[in-house]
Amino acid sequence: MGDYPSRSVDTDAGGPGATDGRDWAAGSGVSPSSPGHPPLGGGGALPKKSRFSTESGFRALSTAAGAMVLVIIVAIAIFLVSKAMPALQENTENFLTYKRWFPNDANPNFGIAALAFGTVLSSVLALLMAVPVALGIALFLSHYAPKRLATPLGFTIDLLAAVPSVVFGLWGRDVLLSPVRDFSEWLNKYFGWIPLFGGNGPFGRSVLLGSLVLAIMVLPIITSLSREVFQQTPGMNEEAALALGATKWEMIRTAVLPYGRPGVIAAVMLGLGRALGETIALALTLSATFDISFNLIESGGNTIAANIANTFAEANDTGRGALIASGLVLFAITLVVNMAARVIIYRRREFRDNAA
Amino acid sequence: MSVLEREASVGMTPEHIRSQRLPLVVNIGIGVLALVLSAVLVLSTGIGNWVLVVVLGVVLYLVGLLAAATRVEGRRSARNRLWRSLVYAACVLAVLPLASVVWTLVSKGAARFDGDFFLTSMNNIGARDENGGAYHAIVGTLEQVGIAALLAIPLGVLGAIYLVEYGRGKFALTVRFFVDVMTGIPSIVAGLFVLAFWVLIVSPWFNNGVPRFSGFAAALALTVLMLPTIVRSTEEMLRLVPGPLREGAYALGVPQWKTILRVVLPTALPGIITGIMLAIARAAGETAPVLLVAGGAPFINFDPFLGNQSSLALFVYQQAGDASKYAQPRAWTAALTLVALVLILTIAAKLLARRNRLSR
Amino acid sequence: MKLQRVGYAAGIALTATLALTACGSDNEAAGGGENVSSENCVAGTIQAQGSSAQKNAMDEWIKAYQGQCSGAQINYNPTGSGAGIEAFINGTADFSGSDSALKEDEQPQADAKCAGGQALNLPMVTGPIAVVYNLEGVDGLQLSAPLLAKIFSDKIKTWNDPAIAAENQGAKLPSSAIQAVHRADESGTTDNFTKYLSKSDEADWTYGNAKAWKAPGGVGATKSDGVASQVKSTPGTISYVELSYAENSDLSMAKIKNGAGEYTELTGESAGKAVEGAKIVGTGDDLKLELDYTTTEAGAYPIVLVTYEIVCSKGSPKADAIKGFLTYTSSEAGQKELGDLGYAPLPESVRSKVEASVANIS
Repeated sequence: MGDYPSRSVDTDAGGPGATDGRDWAAGSGVSPSSPGHPPLGGGGALPKKSRFSTESGFRALSTAAGAMVLVIIVAIAIFLVSKAMPALQENTENFLTYKRWFPNDANPNFGIAALAFGTVLSSVLALLMAVPVALGIALFLSHYAPKRLATPLGFTIDLLAAVPSVVFGLWGRDVLLSPVRDFSEWLNKYFGWIPLFGGNGPFGRSVLLGSLVLAIMVLPIITSLSREVFQQTPGMNEEAALALGATKWEMIRTAVLPYGRPGVIAAVMLGLGRALGETIALALTLSATFDISFNLIESGGNTIAANIANTFAEANDTGRGALIASGLVLFAITLVVNMAARVIIYRRREFRDNAA
Repeated sequence: MSVLEREASVGMTPEHIRSQRLPLVVNIGIGVLALVLSAVLVLSTGIGNWVLVVVLGVVLYLVGLLAAATRVEGRRSARNRLWRSLVYAACVLAVLPLASVVWTLVSKGAARFDGDFFLTSMNNIGARDENGGAYHAIVGTLEQVGIAALLAIPLGVLGAIYLVEYGRGKFALTVRFFVDVMTGIPSIVAGLFVLAFWVLIVSPWFNNGVPRFSGFAAALALTVLMLPTIVRSTEEMLRLVPGPLREGAYALGVPQWKTILRVVLPTALPGIITGIMLAIARAAGETAPVLLVAGGAPFINFDPFLGNQSSLALFVYQQAGDASKYAQPRAWTAALTLVALVLILTIAAKLLARRNRLSR
Repeated sequence: MKLQRVGYAAGIALTATLALTACGSDNEAAGGGENVSSENCVAGTIQAQGSSAQKNAMDEWIKAYQGQCSGAQINYNPTGSGAGIEAFINGTADFSGSDSALKEDEQPQADAKCAGGQALNLPMVTGPIAVVYNLEGVDGLQLSAPLLAKIFSDKIKTWNDPAIAAENQGAKLPSSAIQAVHRADESGTTDNFTKYLSKSDEADWTYGNAKAWKAPGGVGATKSDGVASQVKSTPGTISYVELSYAENSDLSMAKIKNGAGEYTELTGESAGKAVEGAKIVGTGDDLKLELDYTTTEAGAYPIVLVTYEIVCSKGSPKADAIKGFLTYTSSEAGQKELGDLGYAPLPESVRSKVEASVANIS
């Protein structure tokens, strides 16, 4: 990483300085060729002059910058594994199936079963709440709202994405808590016979609260991507449906939704990726217990990420290693989810490009 | 298409084309009726309060509307109506939390929104002290985000240049794919990575073998988070630069690197800056990485390489869990400051994007 | 041109940043130190870290001390007891705060840092742990250790259980379920509370003591503020929390039965009495205490947490500065400063011994 300075110098050269007269002799550079691939201008016919020219240097530099992304992803995996291994070796329980988290004990015992369960439960619940609403907004913005309204509303939704998660967490803990508690008590009173809403309290700082906050946070992601694909529906498909006498909803159902489905699936998966990794908002709203329970309204719930934020301060060496190990699992899960989402998007992009 | 086919044969007779519309009066009437009915139902049985009245009212209204419209306008049109109402309802539902967040921020954050808050730190502030501020946290946020930007911008822009101008073949595709994947890396994982790599392995080399938190470590974590965002947005902007501009430069004998730096980059610059500002806004709001690798501190620490540092987001988190009764107002004011900072950056970026002549 | 405008904007932002940088204050001149007698003043910078339970006390002391002694700077970083001791052994902390005295394996490592002397455990801050509950119409709930042990291990499940009623004659106990709330994250508070339970009622409490909660049942809540807000908002809950959180949230505190058979209310005085009844097991200047949770001292509130400062008796390069600061904290004025912060002052008998030990630091 020692070559930052030279990079930034190069970048600066294209900036404001471009207008004042640093006079590079016209012939001193090289031909506009990139070895192997003729650029847009087709200037590859000019001969290459020297191997260590500015051109090849710049090219190497930008290639290195591009490769940096791969390096970082690999480095994340390597360093997390290297710090997680010692702790995992000291673990006296099965890391994957044990439910509790006592890595700081004299004989460390910890496992991510409850944490992983809580992570998946809260994320899935958040998506169940967020996806219908997000699709509704996306449709509203793309097909229902007049442009005057769609622009500011779309802007507002984007702003929702910009609000930091700690603020949502604080809001969830201080404002949303009491309505959610009332609602939970009501649910418990009338629907307590459903195991999801059973238990005898206390209610409030529960999976329900956490996933509500989470739902609000993933809403803008799903909305903006779905809106984009809905807007890309070929006009001809829509017009054809309308010409056949379809009502607006029928047009949407027969033309817009099928066309946008892969995009929506990808959007949902990106939202899932975000929900799985959300930390502070859940650290502030969940109760951090280590149970595997489907009860949504009783105080409880925990996630891998929230557990890291909650227990990091009091962790010793093994404890830190254990947390890093749990982070590694989270990294693997989000990596898979994100890769799947991207594969869907990429396939679709190719399809569209070919069709065009 | 089967639905259309099936129903088209019925619907397309002349008397159906100009179908009857449900009068507005009936529409409103159903609404009022639904609300009254729901109020009577709920309040007489005592199973809930006004919230349930409204929710049940809306449901009854939708059902009633569906029934009435089916009678007057036909089944398809009624469904159309129903779905439109649901789409509108989704919008209202989404705006509610945002309004609540903004209202709470302003009403609770205003209490400590004074000069003292922005000009003092938490050093020497005990549990009994009402004052104390976020100056040290603001300094920390600015330094960490600044360093992260210094690292991520050149790296990100160059990476995008590679993808657009030089990258061909499998390797470029792989890089591009993983840039996209990397945007989804949770911030806590980035924090753990820097904890494992910088704080636990590298920092002891400079500190007599003892791991040390620092603002720079937080900046590294933020770099990991900003990099993919910057690469993606820059890449998109560079792709919008018209080919003839490049061709013109090549035709004049300008080498490719100079074409990129002097022609392509300046043309795309406003769009690139928009992307960078959005990335900075996102980074400024991150709490988890700062918590893991910078540790937080109550005093002003200008040196990002030496010792604990706080940040605004971390300050919010820590004050939120403090026992002092003066801590909550501090947390809310800091949250207000943070949101204001992030929103100003975001809005400025979007306005800049709107004026961008390259945008679609 | 646009580029220039961007340049301007950047310039303005930079200037604003610099302007902001120029006028921030670290509250250096904060007053409030009238009680520091000036002969204790020793200039110098001390790096300390450790127990977060001491944080508020340290903040207050540092403020008072620095306000009076120009040139003295003390940084106390609440990283947790374990990290504090680690830092002391590594030599990065000049002294460290800890919720428990040095363990047998830690003592020699810490001694190695003190050339010609040893590492001392000096009790400095007493933090009582309140048992808080939320029951409408019940004031001054009276509980004994066996009751607490059974409640927190899910053996007593309702408020009107005969065992509770027997200790609370005349109180209108509801038939609702007991919600025992415990800390879900690791904390010294849990450690001390469970230590109290295991020492005073071994038969009913079989889970030992640890920073992590190990008993079955109950409801978790994160951090002290989470516990306090959970109890505050939910009828039928009971939990344990540091006194400052209980006071700030206006929670009802139970009276706890001590070894003398009295139900004692938690006050600074009653908590101090429990420390007074503690046995000093350290030798010489080392004042390692062993709390007697079944103390028969009259009027003592048994659930207290004593936190120590771990310092070198000899050989610390900053000995003078540390001595100056600790002389203040162990003085009568220093202890009085902790009044309404949720701490209890050290009882005179212990305080004078601490003061004497501090005086021997060289």
